[in-house]
Amino acid sequence: MEQSKLLYLRKKAAQIRRLIIEGVYNAGSGHPGGSLSCADVMAYLYFEKMNVSAADPQDPGRDRFVLSKGHASPALYAALALRGYFPAEEIKTLRKLGSRLQGHPDMHTVPGVDMSTGSLGQGFSAACGMAKAAKITGAKYHVYTILGDGESQEGEVWEAAMFAAHYKLDNLTAFLDYNKLQIDGDVREVMNPDPLDEKFRAFGWEVRFIDGHDFRQIEAAVSSGVSGRPLMIICDTVKGKGVSFMENAVGWHGKAPKQPEYETAVKELESALEEFAEVE
Amino acid sequence: MADIATRASYGRALADLGEKYMFAVMDADLSGSTQTKKFADKFPERFINCGIAEQNMIGVAAGIAATGMPVFASSFAMFASGRAYEQIRNSVGHTKLNVKICASHAGVTVGEDGATHQFCEDIAIMRSIPGMVVISPADDTEAYAAIEAILKYDGPVYCRLGRQAVPEVFDPATYKFELFKAVPLTQGDDCAVFAHGVMIDRALKACELLKTKGINISVIDTHTIKPLDENTVLEYAARTRNVVVVEEHSVIGGLGGAICELLSQKLPTPVTRLGINDVFGVSGKAGELLDYYGLSVDGIADAIRNSVKNKDGAQK
Repeated sequence: MEQSKLLYLRKKAAQIRRLIIEGVYNAGSGHPGGSLSCADVMAYLYFEKMNVSAADPQDPGRDRFVLSKGHASPALYAALALRGYFPAEEIKTLRKLGSRLQGHPDMHTVPGVDMSTGSLGQGFSAACGMAKAAKITGAKYHVYTILGDGESQEGEVWEAAMFAAHYKLDNLTAFLDYNKLQIDGDVREVMNPDPLDEKFRAFGWEVRFIDGHDFRQIEAAVSSGVSGRPLMIICDTVKGKGVSFMENAVGWHGKAPKQPEYETAVKELESALEEFAEVE
Repeated sequence: MADIATRASYGRALADLGEKYMFAVMDADLSGSTQTKKFADKFPERFINCGIAEQNMIGVAAGIAATGMPVFASSFAMFASGRAYEQIRNSVGHTKLNVKICASHAGVTVGEDGATHQFCEDIAIMRSIPGMVVISPADDTEAYAAIEAILKYDGPVYCRLGRQAVPEVFDPATYKFELFKAVPLTQGDDCAVFAHGVMIDRALKACELLKTKGINISVIDTHTIKPLDENTVLEYAARTRNVVVVEEHSVIGGLGGAICELLSQKLPTPVTRLGINDVFGVSGKAGELLDYYGLSVDGIADAIRNSVKNKDGAQK
């Protein structure tokens, strides 16, 4: 990856993180930890990989994205706003009565949201359906989805995993945001899903295990798909990445920062953004 | 005319409609029973067997529908609507996607398989989902026509189909099916009998029986349970002041519940609900089981006669 592209993507990820905190702070509730952990993958998809256009959000030939871990909606909304689907200022209406930015993504209210999600496991099945539909019609679009590691405790995830491999959905790429924390604590203590790479491999998937904050690794993994198999990219990530006091702290799964915390977070994120002041 | 199960009508309709329309059909390892196999044999590239995984089937159906392709998803009522309830609610109902959940083997007429497979609460749970259309056709002609109607309707639908072969009610040469519109089959002022699905035939036989005793009733085929044809229900309730609902469903939350919800607000009327009285089923032959739960022709006729007696008593 060229240095200019790397800096550009890192800037976009920093902007996404800044908007996540803006949204969750103004909402007074929401899920900052798991939004921050997947911000880099989101930046890569919306600012490098996916063939989508804010001018034509319903283009039948567009690539599809399903946020199966729908509680990370602030990350999706931030990416869509930065990509021009709606004004970034609107992130301040997140979760408020009358806002189209619902607590979990709603395909009918937010332009650019391809599937309503929120109930864990269901987005993964829907992504499989979109990929299967393309196999039926011969459409050339690709389907991307992000799952949580806690989400993999849902039985439906494994039904869908079996389905995707059985129907050879090589037009499907899934990211598993392996941030190792869920509401009740360490994922491995609540209900250990490890080893996730071996499990998906056994289910017939092509599997990569990468640092989910490293764009070079993300790019290499995304372009390493093989014919006839769905691709699972397990992203080793830090929950709360980018805000020091939220990193690896289970308490920030589903809690909004109070004003002093918000100010600290903004200071950190703004100073991270300064690094990219010259990047376009 | 031989008796035909509505699941057979469904399979035939899918195979015929596949020639005219672009849609996908899904099943969860019951394609022989639900009769989606007729479509699968003809259009294998558009048929998707999900294996025994109903939750994923509904989720995948939602994903396919989100790309613009309508989907029929089938299994037994118990698993299609019960096992996958939350997927239906969130991935199909809330999204208003074009998924038609066509569930066979509903009610006690599944027969010998017994309680775990006899789902008598499907209409109650499907009806509670905002925007979900719920239908239950009476015979071969109505079921065949209903499948094309729900394909043309843009949005989620739950369609209840039976395992048991049922006698012909409608003449295929003349019957015009209209979604959302109840069909009065007989006219009489003593009682309005609302029924759906396999109970239509028995309700009509009870009507014949009662006629010989001087009791005249209106039997109304209420194939669309949601949205309820309120005008027709109110019209016949006003005319008879005596309503009986007959259904192969729990007395809680089915058509009986829907009619009570309407009448209690707009036209308080005595309603007798005949159905499964808040119990689980047992093994037995389909017809035997209906009789066992009080849904025999005689049982229905007795209940109607009592309702008429009560009405006359109240008037005196």
